[in-house]
Amino acid sequence: MEDPSLSHADPEAVLVGEKQIEGRSLSQIAWGKLRRDKVALAGGAFIVFLILVAILAPLIVKITGGPPNAYHEDLLSPYIPNIPAGDFGGMSWRHPMGLETVSGRDIFSRVLYGARISLLIAILATMLSVAIGTTVGIIAGFFGGWVDAILSRIMDMFLAFPLLVFAIALSGVFPDKAFGFSGLPLRLGLLIFVIGFFNWPYIGRIVRGQTISLREREYVEAARSLGARRPYILFTELLPNLLAPILVYSTLIIPTNILFEAALSFLGVGIPPPTASWGGMLADAVTFYTVPHFMFWPGLAIFATVLAFNLFGDGLRDAFDPRGR
Amino acid sequence: MTTSETEPTPAVDTTTTPRHASRTPDRERENLLEVEDLVKHFPIKGGFLSGSKSAVQAVDGVSFTVRRGETFSIVGESGCGKSTTARLITRLLEPTAGKVTFEGKDITHLSDGRMRPLRRDIQMIFQDPYSSLNPRHTVGKIVGAPYKLQGVEPEGGRKKAVQALLQTVGLSPEHYNRYPHEFSGGQRQRIGIARTLALKPRLIVADEPVSALDVSIQAQVVNLLEDLQQELDLTYVMIAHDLSVVRHVSDRVAVMYLGKIVEIGDRDDLYDRPRHPYTVAMLSAVPVPDTKRRHQRERIRLQGDVPSPINPPTACRFHTRCWKAQEICRTEEPLLLQIGTGAESGHQVACHFPEEPSGPAGIPG
Ligand SMILES: Nc1ncnc2c1ncn2[C@@H]1O[C@H](COP(=O)(O)OP(=O)(O)OP(=O)(O)O)[C@@H](O)[C@H]1O
Ligand code: SF4
Ligand SMILES: [Mg+2]
Repeated sequence: MEDPSLSHADPEAVLVGEKQIEGRSLSQIAWGKLRRDKVALAGGAFIVFLILVAILAPLIVKITGGPPNAYHEDLLSPYIPNIPAGDFGGMSWRHPMGLETVSGRDIFSRVLYGARISLLIAILATMLSVAIGTTVGIIAGFFGGWVDAILSRIMDMFLAFPLLVFAIALSGVFPDKAFGFSGLPLRLGLLIFVIGFFNWPYIGRIVRGQTISLREREYVEAARSLGARRPYILFTELLPNLLAPILVYSTLIIPTNILFEAALSFLGVGIPPPTASWGGMLADAVTFYTVPHFMFWPGLAIFATVLAFNLFGDGLRDAFDPRGR
Repeated sequence: MTTSETEPTPAVDTTTTPRHASRTPDRERENLLEVEDLVKHFPIKGGFLSGSKSAVQAVDGVSFTVRRGETFSIVGESGCGKSTTARLITRLLEPTAGKVTFEGKDITHLSDGRMRPLRRDIQMIFQDPYSSLNPRHTVGKIVGAPYKLQGVEPEGGRKKAVQALLQTVGLSPEHYNRYPHEFSGGQRQRIGIARTLALKPRLIVADEPVSALDVSIQAQVVNLLEDLQQELDLTYVMIAHDLSVVRHVSDRVAVMYLGKIVEIGDRDDLYDRPRHPYTVAMLSAVPVPDTKRRHQRERIRLQGDVPSPINPPTACRFHTRCWKAQEICRTEEPLLLQIGTGAESGHQVACHFPEEPSGPAGIPG
């Protein structure tokens, strides 16, 4: 039994070593914690459901509702002008959320198609913000000194930018054709750019702060004392530790972007009609406040989506938090 | 017992260099590391545009030599510049002034590229076993990193070499795929030690290797380091904040106060015949197991706090807390000068009024 190589062995070490050969990484631990967090899981499930529904929208509306831009003026009330006939805004099996005022378009189809717009813009804008913010944040935090000073001031400038006013002004003067695009694709691109490009400093600051705190860890010095070059330190030592916070904050930026897109469309500077968007539907609905269902469904869609992303993001943050193991 | 079946694999070749036979310091032994008047000032950053001139004088003129095969300890209170000294020797920091010579080669201002091959010979054990291992890397990746970074392909492959190293430091080879958070502080420090051994270094700078550990585990890790020194012919610069930890492993000891060395001596000279009032005070804080000596040694409580290294006291930096301070201590800096004679000629102290060798803290002879 005596093994000379174990003469100075840590008694604990031998005990632990035999139970389990494969170690559990921090991501595996986080996933284990997330699986036990029912609220976050519900949020995550709703997000997955929403994404599926958005992708499959053209198929779903074939079964119920019909195309989002089809007018059903025949289903409007013959007595009260512009108001759908029947209870709850014309709710029926064919039109489960009722019909819009004036045009009689199917609300269910429009909410579904609105989800496509909302998610597309919010997710792509978030990806743009994260790409710029992560790159700038890492560079500022890693190199420090005057590089950091300049980049931090640039971030401050972006954060001081009156984005909403700018977006409204830009949409007024922006040409109908630009960069080889026109119509809806151009509009989508513009919105993604405006929302994504002006919000990157939020994630940039977080990544910068994290990078600065990680840069001071002794494992970075250990790598340097072994002769590591900068790319190794950046990609092998720092980046794996930055992925979790980046993922968490991306999930929390998406709902903000959904709200921002809805606000722009509501103000008439986002997605132009007749394309369905949640913000645009709300704008149409305000003039008909006597028919609350028209406002209710797009409002509920925004509320539920934003809530789901926030719950999931919070759960993700808790799961990655090393303090609550 | 999975590990008891495997043959102990020697991780490092021990046959080429003679063993460190005795604890008696050998004056003829060649110097591995020489440090001369080493200075590190950290400028204090003002705002973005303000060019401020004050600085933290973390290390301010430190000189010592480390001989091949010995354990040279640096002891001092928190903030006195021990880690900074360690980082200057290992060239993780650029010295403000002074000179560092390793194996006769001036490495003070070597570029990263020129320093890289030398890094195999100089390794560092870090103070905090929790922050010195990347939480997202497996133990195998952490201990194998030296091979990857230095482009070394050990015989039998990296995995086998890493597993042998784990065994050398008393861990199980099965820990290869596990993550740092699955280990206790002592085990983590062993992982860190395994990493430093991978490239068969000559000099290991151990920055408070046990101060973050439970007292019960400290001795185990110190003993491990001692055994490794014998097996692998290592030279240590051992850093500690308290004289008791390094007593039985040191050959020579330097006491640091506010960025300066105040006393250096062979282990027994310094512990038995301390000359600098600060050393005397530090020793008096160490519990004495020997009851015969206990009554002879009064516990000296230093008054006040350690002054700030941004604006250290003039001349003798210890004068604000020294019970023997005179006017000259405030005006004229005491140099680090030889005080002992004969066998004690390596004993140096920086004080205008050093303690007598038969003073209250020690026993003559
Ligand atoms: N990068 C740095 N920038 C500015 N000041 C620093 C830096 N590193 C260390 N210092 C300062 O230099 C002084 C010496 O620090 P050092 O870490 O060397 O002390 P230490 O003796 O290792 O202390 P401890 O026992 O707490 O580890 C301290 O006052 C510290 O605040
Ligand atoms: S030089 Fe003076 S103040 Fe400094 S330690 Fe000696 S006696 Fe004390
Ligand atoms: Mg230190």
